[in-house]
Amino acid sequence: MLLEAADLVFAYPGGPQILEGVSFGVADGALVGVLGPNGSGKTTLLHLIARSLRPTSGHVRLGGADVSSLPRRLLARRLAVVPQETVLAFDYSVLEIVLMGRYPHLGVFEVEGPGDLSAAMTALESTGTAQLADRPFRTLSGGEKQRVMIASALAQLDDSAVGTTTDDAAPLLLLDEPTASLDLRYQLEVASLLRRLHDRRHVTILLTTHDLRFAASVCTRVILLSKGHVIAEGPPTEVLTPSRVGELYEIDPEMASGVISAEIRGWT
Amino acid sequence: MTLHKTASPLRRGLPIVALCFVTMVAAVLAAPFIGSTPIRAREVFSPTVAFADNVDAQIFFIARLPRALAAALVGGALAAAGVVFQGLLRNPLATPYTLGVSAGAALGAMLAITFGASWPVVGSVELASLTGALVAVFVVYLLATARQQGLSSTVLLLAGVTLNAFFSALILFVQYASDYAQIFRALRWLMGDLDVVSYRPILSALPLVAIAFAGFAFLARPLNLLALGADAAGTRGVDIERAQRIAFLGGSLATGAAVSVGGPIGFVGIIVPHLVRLVVGADHRLVLPASTFFGAAFLVVCDMIARTVIAPIELPVGVVTAVIGGPFFLWLLLGKR
Repeated sequence: MLLEAADLVFAYPGGPQILEGVSFGVADGALVGVLGPNGSGKTTLLHLIARSLRPTSGHVRLGGADVSSLPRRLLARRLAVVPQETVLAFDYSVLEIVLMGRYPHLGVFEVEGPGDLSAAMTALESTGTAQLADRPFRTLSGGEKQRVMIASALAQLDDSAVGTTTDDAAPLLLLDEPTASLDLRYQLEVASLLRRLHDRRHVTILLTTHDLRFAASVCTRVILLSKGHVIAEGPPTEVLTPSRVGELYEIDPEMASGVISAEIRGWT
Repeated sequence: MTLHKTASPLRRGLPIVALCFVTMVAAVLAAPFIGSTPIRAREVFSPTVAFADNVDAQIFFIARLPRALAAALVGGALAAAGVVFQGLLRNPLATPYTLGVSAGAALGAMLAITFGASWPVVGSVELASLTGALVAVFVVYLLATARQQGLSSTVLLLAGVTLNAFFSALILFVQYASDYAQIFRALRWLMGDLDVVSYRPILSALPLVAIAFAGFAFLARPLNLLALGADAAGTRGVDIERAQRIAFLGGSLATGAAVSVGGPIGFVGIIVPHLVRLVVGADHRLVLPASTFFGAAFLVVCDMIARTVIAPIELPVGVVTAVIGGPFFLWLLLGKR
């Protein structure tokens, strides 16, 4: 297992428990979706894995090592996060945003070299955004922004410039609701990009979504998260049964059955 | 095609940074030649006349150069502090005074002006304003870190705005207890004035500014990533808490030192960073040094205007920066987003 979550419990100080003992694993090369309704704890789970939050109890292990024990920069070279939405405080170009992914590869006063630029350009090309390199990020559409942020994450995980073999743990890409603010066309674009990264470049991906058909069409495995608990885990075709989906979204199983057949058949 | 980029976009901005530096040096050297008594460069730098007999050199080095250097130091510090606070708060409209530093400095200065003569513990106006600034920084820092680790920019802003209001009320109270002469002095101080006639204030502010800038040097890249959001910067390997702490303390120190020399001179900390960003883009590795140099040049020129525009009367330089800065700020709000 590349990533292991062991009995994760999380509550903000003085607040209710958001995660109540969540355990699961992500195999090297998998494309896993954490599926659940709003408020189920998906985003909190992602923050715990990325160490943006510390669990109240439990552990996250990446390549066998507890993420809380990994040096900040080493963790950043192995694990990258694409947030749901990025609002910039200042006007950076697309290339500058992608080069920011090179932060954990550079010394304090080091300037990006040819290796970093080629990592950035490779990432832009593999997300189909190379022609946007000199555009201000602010002027992009929602779908373009999402793909540029994925490129920034890929540049962050690219260790080819360094050529070290000591980092034996494979990189992990986390995406928080990658399609939540996108219309159908951009949803399809991001879906096909993620599949391509998974199939051709063997990037291990963990994403959160509340969108059943997106999960069903993209993921090799899904984890159903409800009220801070994992209620099922496995390949989408096995896990997404009417009764489970009914339980997950608190709707009538017959209604869920209609939604599943229409949505999943519509996509595959 | 843009596919084969071989140079970092950073390099494109380096000539602009160099140009800002040259502008600063030129402004500092040119400003002392302008004033009520004309002096000539040939006389000032004449190798044959002894300094004691060289009136032009005495005017240049004793009367006018300290003021130009003070303007450069204050302008550079305020512009850099503006860049750092805008990055820290992720808000391009933040100024060096947003977080309460200037209000604390002003209260300290008011206390020294009003009670300094009868109560020498308060010390000089410079020292009192610096102490007031540091007290304000300490209070804001305690408030912003009381409930969580790291600095929340929302709490920082709230604490700063509240402290600004509270200190302003205390300033009014102190002024109520002052006589007319003291109120006149206090008002002049609040306008922001570079009436510097010796090297002493520069030498006492310089170490503080130097410490602040040593911190800023480490901040350039973290501030870029902070523009993506604190979480996004953290997952790219930035030590967010440390970067925020250095930004807040360094920015406050530079601001406090600048205000102790020139009073709360407005608008330098917001006009300069914005003009610079229009030319070099948003990368803080360019914006920070270019703003420092250009801010220094800008305040030297503003002070030159303040000294000469209605000579022999000298305007406080804060009036000049405000007259230029107010309309600029509005243009920024309305037009350029």
